[in-house]
Amino acid sequence: MTEGARARMNAEPGQGGDPVGTSRPGAGSIVFEARGLTKTYRMGEVRIEALRGVDLTLYEGELVVMLGASGSGKSTLLNIMGGLDTATSGTVCYRGQDLTRASQAALTAFRRDHVGFVFQFYNLIASLTARENVEIVTDISPHPMPAERALELVGLADRMDHFPSQMSGGEQQRVAIARAIAKQPAVLLCDEPTGALDSRTGIRVLEALEQINRELRTTVAIITHNAMIGEMADRVVRLRDGLVESVMDNAHRRTASEMSW
Amino acid sequence: MRALDRKLLRDIATLKGQAAAIAMVIASGVMTLIISVTTYDALRLTQQRFYQDMHFAEVFAELKRAPESLVERLRETPGLNLVETRIRAPVRLEVPGFDDPVRGLLLSLPDGRQPALNRFHLREGDLPESGRSDQVVVSDAFAEAHGLRAGDALSVIIDGRLSRVRISGIVLSPEFVYQIAPTDLLPDYRRYAILWMNRRALARAYGMDGAFNSIVASLQAGASEAGVIDGLERALSPYGLVIAHGRDDLHSHRFLSDELQQLRAQAVILPGIFMLVSAFLLNIVMTRIIRTQREQIAVLKAFGYGNGTLAAHFGLLTGLIVLTGWLLGVVLGAWAASGLMTLYAEYFRFPEIRFRLQAWVMLLALGVAGAAALIGTGRAVWQAVAVPPAEAMRPAVPARFRRGWLERKLFGRLLDQPTRIIVRNLARQPLKSGLSVLGIAMSAGLLMMGTYQLDAVDHMIDTQYRLVNRMDVQLSFGNPVPTRVAGELRHLPGVTAVETHRSVPVRLIAGHRRYATAILGLDESPGLRQLLDARQRPQRLPPEGLLLTDYLARDLGLAVGDRVEVEVLEGPRRRVSIPLAGVVDEPIGVSAYMTRTALNRVMREGPAVNGAWLLIDQDQSQALFDSLWALPGVSSIGLISDAERGIREYMGDTVQMFALVFVLLAGSIAFAVVYNTARITFAERARDLATLEVLGHSRLAVSWILIGEIVILTLLAIPLGWAIGAGFCWAINHAFSMDLFRIPLLITPRAFAVAAGGVVVASSIASLMMARRLGRLDKVSVLKAVE
Repeated sequence: MTEGARARMNAEPGQGGDPVGTSRPGAGSIVFEARGLTKTYRMGEVRIEALRGVDLTLYEGELVVMLGASGSGKSTLLNIMGGLDTATSGTVCYRGQDLTRASQAALTAFRRDHVGFVFQFYNLIASLTARENVEIVTDISPHPMPAERALELVGLADRMDHFPSQMSGGEQQRVAIARAIAKQPAVLLCDEPTGALDSRTGIRVLEALEQINRELRTTVAIITHNAMIGEMADRVVRLRDGLVESVMDNAHRRTASEMSW
Repeated sequence: MRALDRKLLRDIATLKGQAAAIAMVIASGVMTLIISVTTYDALRLTQQRFYQDMHFAEVFAELKRAPESLVERLRETPGLNLVETRIRAPVRLEVPGFDDPVRGLLLSLPDGRQPALNRFHLREGDLPESGRSDQVVVSDAFAEAHGLRAGDALSVIIDGRLSRVRISGIVLSPEFVYQIAPTDLLPDYRRYAILWMNRRALARAYGMDGAFNSIVASLQAGASEAGVIDGLERALSPYGLVIAHGRDDLHSHRFLSDELQQLRAQAVILPGIFMLVSAFLLNIVMTRIIRTQREQIAVLKAFGYGNGTLAAHFGLLTGLIVLTGWLLGVVLGAWAASGLMTLYAEYFRFPEIRFRLQAWVMLLALGVAGAAALIGTGRAVWQAVAVPPAEAMRPAVPARFRRGWLERKLFGRLLDQPTRIIVRNLARQPLKSGLSVLGIAMSAGLLMMGTYQLDAVDHMIDTQYRLVNRMDVQLSFGNPVPTRVAGELRHLPGVTAVETHRSVPVRLIAGHRRYATAILGLDESPGLRQLLDARQRPQRLPPEGLLLTDYLARDLGLAVGDRVEVEVLEGPRRRVSIPLAGVVDEPIGVSAYMTRTALNRVMREGPAVNGAWLLIDQDQSQALFDSLWALPGVSSIGLISDAERGIREYMGDTVQMFALVFVLLAGSIAFAVVYNTARITFAERARDLATLEVLGHSRLAVSWILIGEIVILTLLAIPLGWAIGAGFCWAINHAFSMDLFRIPLLITPRAFAVAAGGVVVASSIASLMMARRLGRLDKVSVLKAVE
């Protein structure tokens, strides 16, 4: 558990009273701050209100799990925070920089320099080996760690020269994590990282995320519909119908290895 | 190497089939461009250099006889630079070991040295020694045809007197690059020779001591050719001027110019068409390849790759394919062009053809291919790159399907489930389906264009030698003879029919346009030399008035009823005005026609002829030729079958050779297009197909969904391909009309069949390959994989 998270828990025992969490005495500095975020888009012939006014703050070094059913808006929120998408209205700031007003070029630079993504379906590039899939990120980031070290961190030192098609789902997802952390990002945004994996493999992946959060002090946000995963978080944010339903601090963070589902 | 670059190389390796097919299409376009431009450039450059190095004359005049002293007056003609007089004498030759009669043209050269104009390129031996009267130099084509070398002996019959001469050298002359007898269309090197001997010797033999009957001259810089010709005409007309003309009316130069003009048209039209098709195909294929990488693009953007980097990445993907195609096209094009140049060297006699693959031609090809690629893929690349990263991360929206009106109204009930899937797939994206159809149709059009050229040339020659020229033998007499010669000819061995004619060299003048040709005076309803109307039916000659080849009438800007100024170039020079009574459709050569009696009236002569056409019994041909040569006054004997063979060979070597190359290229393009379409269809449908097979549909039914789509696209493309092909043929037809020949715009059923057959065969092969691929597909992994 991080110092910041511990400090926050001490100051404010877990309850859903303050969903916004604007001021938390003793907490790490603010990484993300979203205010009144809305997002509407069309999908085929359907108009979808994915976010309907979300307020949320993420702090440095914490591990946050965002829970919600399918269609609750959690992926949209993550995409907007990661600079993959833009909000319809409201603001989201990264360390004081307003992402909602940033140009495409600024968003590209933001993603390149500060954010690591882990996707539900790994999204590895099939024509590149594990090492090369990591290098595709280290090639363009300012302060990367060696691709080999990133793969070692996720326990794949001996699988570096394998192609995605030669690896299991869990291994592929760990490559995706290595790829996301190799640039040493300030934030790691993970969209259903265990969604396509069985329980045991999922836990290995979560261990990897936990380790990154602990050792590199990277802020980690994990989206999932699996409430069990919330037990490893500093805070659990529940989304429902495009709104934050509750934010709960976790008094006893469990390690990933203690969990099962 | 950056990971992104490695991805690029591996992507190309994965797409190798499709990439190779696109590269082939580009290579085809580049190849046509390289062949056409290089051949044109080599021929033009060689011509320029040869003309320049040999001081090729610019103005020429033929006359009966003028005293040498006249040359001082000629030098005063304004605008004239150098002028040289000479003697030309038509001769007959006897070549040891060759029985056929050989005609020739014997020209004088200054005693033992090179002339100032029209200098010789000595290929072998030397010029005749000064003062020698028994030495000649001969044209290299003639020497080559008979295997003659310096030192060999020949017999020359000058003005009826036989003299024995020795060959001192073998030469090339800029005046006879294309070496043909005056009445022929194509060279016959064995039966027509050009020779030169010392002036004094020829003057003595031809009765031209102290006189000349031919001049060549060059112009001062900036002088008007027409002005100089007028001046020469004035000075020479008291001396029996036959014609004064510029290079344009010189046979060799005219044919060479025609060929260059044709190559130039070809250099624009054919690569243009191929590149258009290439650009289009690149567009279709690259758009879809890029679409399949949408998810990867989104991932890369999520990691912070900028739009420029990604556009460059896909630009490079296209670029590498284009570069490969270009390289292949350059190599194949250079190889084919050098082969073609060897063929051209047979017809156009230059010291050497300066074949070179110039950097600018290759760069032009690269530029054109690059432009085609840019047009073809620029939009696709940009659209893909411009997608917001998050949008591409969302699951694909279920495609919108509706029952089309066709399906509802017509055969909704009749279709089985798989066929319904095909119809909806096609109808859902009418633009994409339409582009596929258009792509296949274009390749069918290319196939049709190539076949059209092959067929149309055959048809043209058939028309000329089955409908127009129906005689076996063509005779000409040195001077006009009474019409009763027909009766004498009929009694010769083996002659079954005779028709006589009068031929008069003339210059036709309409406004500022002039054209040197001959008027042929014929019977009113000639049987051996037919005049065809626009529908290829024989027409009768009107009692008065002139008929012209339709191409010539158009070229001179004349309509039926207009009056044509005719300058008679035989005997006393006169001008008469004759109305144009009609036009004649003939594919080869251009000419003017009137009745023989009317032509005799124009010439103010009694019934006279100077040529005859014969039908003969082939078994007695040798006896006939012997007796023909014994006849006084026969100046040439032409075998029509030889002429036909000659022109077939020429067309086979040049136009049809090109066409054959294009049919092969078009065939490979057709395959490339269909294969790519099939591959893309396969990639887009693999998941649906695997699902259906897992659900228990038979392999056959599932294959049908894939193959049926290709079949329907191909069937739709065929009629469209015919229409596009007809357009290509029209463009080719317009580009290739010239004095020597006009290819008719006649598209044979074979061309339609080749176009349709080509794409059907290509589709069948591609379908089989896709069916095999489907067989190898791992259903489970496809179903697991996420789109």
